[in-house]
Amino acid sequence: MVAAEPWQTAEVPGPKKALVVTKPEIVTAMIKKAKHPILVVGHKAVETELNKKKLIDLMIELAKKAKIPVVATAHIVSEFHKRKYKPAGFMPAVDIGNRLVDAEWSGIDGKGPHDLALFVGLPYYMEWTILSGLKHFAPNLKTITLDNVYHPHASWSFPNTSVKDWVENLRVIIEKFEEGGK
Amino acid sequence: MSKKGVNIKIDELNTDVGFIKNLQLSFCKLIAETWTEPMGPTPFPSLTALREWDLKLLQRYKPFYLPYCDVCCLCTFGKCDLTGDKRGACGINMSAQQSRIVLLACCIGAATHIGHARHLLEHLIEKFGHNYPLDVGGLNIKVEAPVTRLVCGVKPETLGDLEEVLDYVETQVTHLLSVAHTGQEGSNLDFESKVLHAGMVDHVGMEVADIAQIAAYGFPKADPEALLVDLGYGTINVEKPVILCIGHNVVPSIGIIDYMKDNGHDGEIEVCGLCCTAHDITRYYKRGKIIGPISWQLRFIRSGVPDVVVLDEQCVRADSFFEAQRIKAPVIVASEKNCMGLPNRTNDPADIIVEDLLNGKAPGALILDPEKVGEVAVKLALKVAPLRKKFKVIPEVDEVIQRAKECRQCNDCRRACPQDLHIPEAMKAAATGNLAKLADLYELCVGCGRCEHACPVGLTVHSFIVKAGEKKLKEETYKVRVGRGAIQDVEIRNVGSPIVLGEIPGVVAVVGCSNYPKGGQEVAEICTEFANRRFIVVTSGCSAMSAAMYKNEEGKTPYEYFTGEFTSGCLVNVGSCVSNSHIAGAAIKIANIFAKRNLRANYEEIADYILNRVGAVGVAWGAYSQKAASIASGFWRLGVPVIVGPHGIKYRRMLLGRADREEDWYVYDARTGEKVYVGPTPEHLFYTAETKEEAMVMIAKLCMRPNDTMKGRAIKLTHYVDLHKRLYGTMPEDIHLFVRTIADVPVTMKDEIVKILEEKGWKETVIPDPTLLPRMIRKKKE
Ligand code: SF4
Ligand code: SF4
Ligand code: SF4
Repeated sequence: MVAAEPWQTAEVPGPKKALVVTKPEIVTAMIKKAKHPILVVGHKAVETELNKKKLIDLMIELAKKAKIPVVATAHIVSEFHKRKYKPAGFMPAVDIGNRLVDAEWSGIDGKGPHDLALFVGLPYYMEWTILSGLKHFAPNLKTITLDNVYHPHASWSFPNTSVKDWVENLRVIIEKFEEGGK
Repeated sequence: MSKKGVNIKIDELNTDVGFIKNLQLSFCKLIAETWTEPMGPTPFPSLTALREWDLKLLQRYKPFYLPYCDVCCLCTFGKCDLTGDKRGACGINMSAQQSRIVLLACCIGAATHIGHARHLLEHLIEKFGHNYPLDVGGLNIKVEAPVTRLVCGVKPETLGDLEEVLDYVETQVTHLLSVAHTGQEGSNLDFESKVLHAGMVDHVGMEVADIAQIAAYGFPKADPEALLVDLGYGTINVEKPVILCIGHNVVPSIGIIDYMKDNGHDGEIEVCGLCCTAHDITRYYKRGKIIGPISWQLRFIRSGVPDVVVLDEQCVRADSFFEAQRIKAPVIVASEKNCMGLPNRTNDPADIIVEDLLNGKAPGALILDPEKVGEVAVKLALKVAPLRKKFKVIPEVDEVIQRAKECRQCNDCRRACPQDLHIPEAMKAAATGNLAKLADLYELCVGCGRCEHACPVGLTVHSFIVKAGEKKLKEETYKVRVGRGAIQDVEIRNVGSPIVLGEIPGVVAVVGCSNYPKGGQEVAEICTEFANRRFIVVTSGCSAMSAAMYKNEEGKTPYEYFTGEFTSGCLVNVGSCVSNSHIAGAAIKIANIFAKRNLRANYEEIADYILNRVGAVGVAWGAYSQKAASIASGFWRLGVPVIVGPHGIKYRRMLLGRADREEDWYVYDARTGEKVYVGPTPEHLFYTAETKEEAMVMIAKLCMRPNDTMKGRAIKLTHYVDLHKRLYGTMPEDIHLFVRTIADVPVTMKDEIVKILEEKGWKETVIPDPTLLPRMIRKKKE
């Protein structure tokens, strides 16, 4: 069964583990409920193919529909630009993590602190450590990972899921948004 | 100051009062001082002597903690859940706990180098005497021990002089380790300050180890034209008996080489090494060969090529004894630190040990006398080689294909793999007879073996990968320049001005282990890119090996086409891990020799100088060990930022600047005492990059310093913008933070940059004589 076990076998979490997202609609609902969400997209979004589309394309779709500001990490900002999408910012993954623990940070778009951060496409071990930093040091922030692997340190995570189910999950999340936002 | 220990050793003495055997006396006495430089403020600094400097750094580069798990399990009150703002039963909170673990790691790292240094020094003093002079570069090196002079305020001249230096660093590590005990330090920032202290004393320990071995063993003495030697599996003549040495302490290997030479076997046996011992073997013996970095341990042992395996200390796989047994190669363990459960045969006659190992009576022996190690290893290799016939455990292709059919596609291997390699897919293809996908994993695999332990049907995944990549393995024939040791004073004089003025865009130190996210090629690319850009590129340890493993179109390795001189556009291999001290030493010497700042026990001023003026960056792309953690922390305290590869995020915390917080980037102008905004230069002190591309852009950026001249800043900006455009496909958004006056703007990019400056509402600022130390202000503001 697709149990909520961390993807990397030895990454045993502590007492506080991510809640499992059983239905993708939950994610949509959480994004809609959030005042100022942010989507952090790692470089693997460009390397990951999902049914002939790349993960980055799905993320652009999501960002547009849900009107979420995007931060591109590593070097992939140009991949967004190539797709005629301008992310709200690009910065190293540790930088965005470090800003998110600062309750006074005015957000990637200057519109105030973020209350929900969605992560996708970072190397597994980078994502789990950054999510851990946020779990401990950003008490007012909820985190969701959109990867198809269980991330114990997020607030919410999918369990380890097949690529097929992953695509389906992302499709549902995106479709639940009306065109143009909430 | 300068206490010097005088040791008197009496083996046998017949006196009126009786017969005395093995008497050792130590005196401490004050000796005449030959160093005329006045003593600086912090000789032999205590745990808190440099705390203010540390807190200045930590104020700007605040720790961002990335806990590995939610609990602490260090004492029997616990386990304690430290999630969020919970505190443990001892009262500690999560941030302090994280820095406590970092401190522990750094103490382990520092103790490892320092313990190694002590061992080495004792051995060398026994062999060469206390008064053996510390010549590390002849007339070319007047400042023989810059780190030691800076930290301790003493100028060591002989091997014996190094003992008191080690006394000091050992004491500090003991104090630091005690700080990690339950119920001591409670503040994360004070833990962090102690982390920096651990790194600083680690660099002293490394320096002691390396200058002692350079002087005593005649390693290259700051030689820019140190020899090129062989590296790679393919350079080994498998027709000959092969002795493989693994670890970091070269003393037993030297026992082997000396015995071989003294007994007419030079040239008959291949002596090769893995990890830093390999570097040091080639510094001593030009026929010595380097197999590769630490991650080559399993693949090379399993290949069956080694006939005798000699293990010393540090970074030796704990299962290497077991692995050697599988290929029927006898093992000699040669370090107190790594006895591997073997009986101590140090006092047995060499021939009897050889006999026992040869006829299988014992699979291995602990021998703590390096000369005896030499004799046993050589005699054994000559005898065992014809019998072993290179018995290997890597399966043949047919077997790989057959066994791959047993794969259940359960994914357990992939989930155990730190690289998340797509092993099940490769197994699927292998089962149909196609090993290409397995071969693709060869260079990405860090050789940890976790996949094999995870596989429920017992497939030896790593061996399969090595078999599939065998062609590549066997073709590994490269040249690496032997570790040259220190940088000459004259080289420092030549580059000091262009570095400080920013005309040489930076010094990039590519160092550390091989926990690479995507194979060693990225290390070679980083080195090549920056050497081509006329940066000064230095390497050490496993990274120095990886940098050698990629050839250009002409079949040349980077060491063959870049100079070994410490100058613009070079690739300098300083040597093994302990040689990292020369990289710190070079930065210190820039402040001392070029800028004439007092060196003696003048830590803060020198570090302040380096932070504000010397555009140096450390890159540990494959950092894995605790030693790497302590080496990095020694660089931080000196004001040198360090970038690690993505696995480095598991060091649990980063030291990150906030470019968006203007108030963090003010320095004093030493001329006037004014506080001046200098932009985020350098932006971070310890930083994880997700990809090679990100690391390369960050290297260029972190080379900027407040003191850059306009011309220098323009050159540095050119590299930053150019790399950013190429690798990110766009202009950097923070360019306005680095332009102080319009003259900083590179001419070729003027229009583009000026447009951004206008958009961002940029205003001109002054270029100060920067310092963070109020006492350096020459004319105080009214
Ligand atoms: S050291 Fe402190 S936090 Fe750790 S287990 Fe003991 S009481 Fe708990
Ligand atoms: S040995 Fe290689 S393939 Fe196996 S787990 Fe380690 S890195 Fe992955
Ligand atoms: S663990 Fe073994 S059986 Fe499972 S997928 Fe990997 S190789 Fe196949």
